[in-house]
Amino acid sequence: MKNERKRTFLLITIPILALFICFNTIPLIRGVIYSFTNFKGFGSYDWVGLRNYADLFTDARVGRSYWFTFKLAVVTTIVVNVLSLLLALALNSHIRAKSFFRGAYFLPNILGSLVVAYIFNYFFTYILPALADMIGIEALRTSILSNPATAWIGVMVVCAWQAIAMNTIIYISGLQTVPEDVYEAGGLDGATGWKQFKYLTFPLIIPFFSINMVLCIKNFLMVFDQIMALTKGGPAQSTESISYLIYNNGMSGGQFGFQSANAVVFFIVIVIVSVAQMKFSSKKEEQL
Amino acid sequence: MIEKKTNISAMTVLILGLATIALPLYLTVVIAFKQPSEMTNSISGILSLPKTWSLNNFKEAMEITDFWHSLRNSLLITGLSVVLSITVHSLMGYALGRNKAKSKFYSFVYLFIVSGMFVPFAILMMPLAKQTAELGLANWFGVIILYVVFYMPMNVLLYSGYLVNIPMALEEAAKVDGTSTWRTYWKIIFPIMKPMHATVAVLTALAVWNDVMTPLVIMAGSGENTLPLAQLNFQSQFGTNYNLAFASYLLSLIPILIFYVICQKQILNGVVNGAVK
Repeated sequence: MKNERKRTFLLITIPILALFICFNTIPLIRGVIYSFTNFKGFGSYDWVGLRNYADLFTDARVGRSYWFTFKLAVVTTIVVNVLSLLLALALNSHIRAKSFFRGAYFLPNILGSLVVAYIFNYFFTYILPALADMIGIEALRTSILSNPATAWIGVMVVCAWQAIAMNTIIYISGLQTVPEDVYEAGGLDGATGWKQFKYLTFPLIIPFFSINMVLCIKNFLMVFDQIMALTKGGPAQSTESISYLIYNNGMSGGQFGFQSANAVVFFIVIVIVSVAQMKFSSKKEEQL
Repeated sequence: MIEKKTNISAMTVLILGLATIALPLYLTVVIAFKQPSEMTNSISGILSLPKTWSLNNFKEAMEITDFWHSLRNSLLITGLSVVLSITVHSLMGYALGRNKAKSKFYSFVYLFIVSGMFVPFAILMMPLAKQTAELGLANWFGVIILYVVFYMPMNVLLYSGYLVNIPMALEEAAKVDGTSTWRTYWKIIFPIMKPMHATVAVLTALAVWNDVMTPLVIMAGSGENTLPLAQLNFQSQFGTNYNLAFASYLLSLIPILIFYVICQKQILNGVVNGAVK
């Protein structure tokens, strides 16, 4: 009887584990192996040892893509969290048509980011300049996407537009865990408005804040679709995200080996960021 | 409880915020229906309603992007990925969840799979493109297999977390009756996990339906498209005919919008459950 149970569990686990190893672990190992070669994606190749990694740290284009990706991730995360907290507080207060508003505010999240970015591409290229022309804002008369200094803002807006939906809904579920009598008790002690938020509401929803931080940073570091539809990495390679660079130069640019090294470094960066965030947020939660 | 007044400032913020969500969608609809001759460079020209509500743009966009074919592929890939994810991941979640506390092997496998969450697609992309081509899987079927693998860490985590709430006593009772573990799973455990199936279905469906990168890297050479891939591949053919392009965007958004209107509650619950767990 006991053996039957053990055997069944093994018969479930082994094939599924094999599938996982086949399409996750093996390609991961192969990626690491390619990163020590000068493979172009076809033909023969030689071992080059650590040369790809050495080149990686002196390659200006790779450096720029890391700078852009991190700038985008950090700024977007801040913008998204501030706005979605604000929206969640509004959506959780006493308002009319609550479920309509909640449904509407979540809508951007379910739409495909590629198509959303195409729509915004048109908005930034034609509508915003026309609007600026009408009101007379000189700086916005040309598309922000065609200027290397401002193109990242366009990417940021599109990423935020979709991510706010997700974060808002998570903050709402956090706010719903705060019992009404906490506010009533706090109100007696004179905690209202900003004070109430700072000392009562926010500390109680810190776990939800951590979830949102982790979700945001990780998603934005891996940004791809929006770049594909908005800028294709341009202008002047100013909006090349790490994923986009790996895809573009690795798959079709003959840099299979070199971009594999880039991907390995990117993987390590993601692991470090995720682990650091988890450590940091679990410490914060312990303090409460 | 005292009846509270409507919060006016919150209402104002929300209505203003709603405009930023509605504007891009409104734009999509009006531009999709207009003719190129109606497009002027002024704001009023861009925002005005189309003169006639003709469906010609949609007809043409459908032909250019081979809409029905892409839609069929997207539905097929999403549907099968969801069904396979629920079956495979719930089984794996069960096997690992029930054994990881007392067995070193199972707890290692559990950690091994769950840590797959940290692996970005960027590092798998190039080797997988090679590997799927070698195995003859550079097609929609290969894409489905990859989704089952990619979403396994998250879903196994969710299922085995949910399993903690299901008492062992249920299984033990069945064991006394002489029912096999396999049958017990399908008869008792699988139905009980229904709320988690809904969460997994929603998360997997949304992620697969909107994914661009996997089909782009794996299926690009197969001549087949998913809906997002069709938008990407036919972008150059629309040229400057934005009306056709927007008709095509709108067409690709309609299926998920319908799904959202029908299952809004399940989607919201699923997304929150998935994130908070």
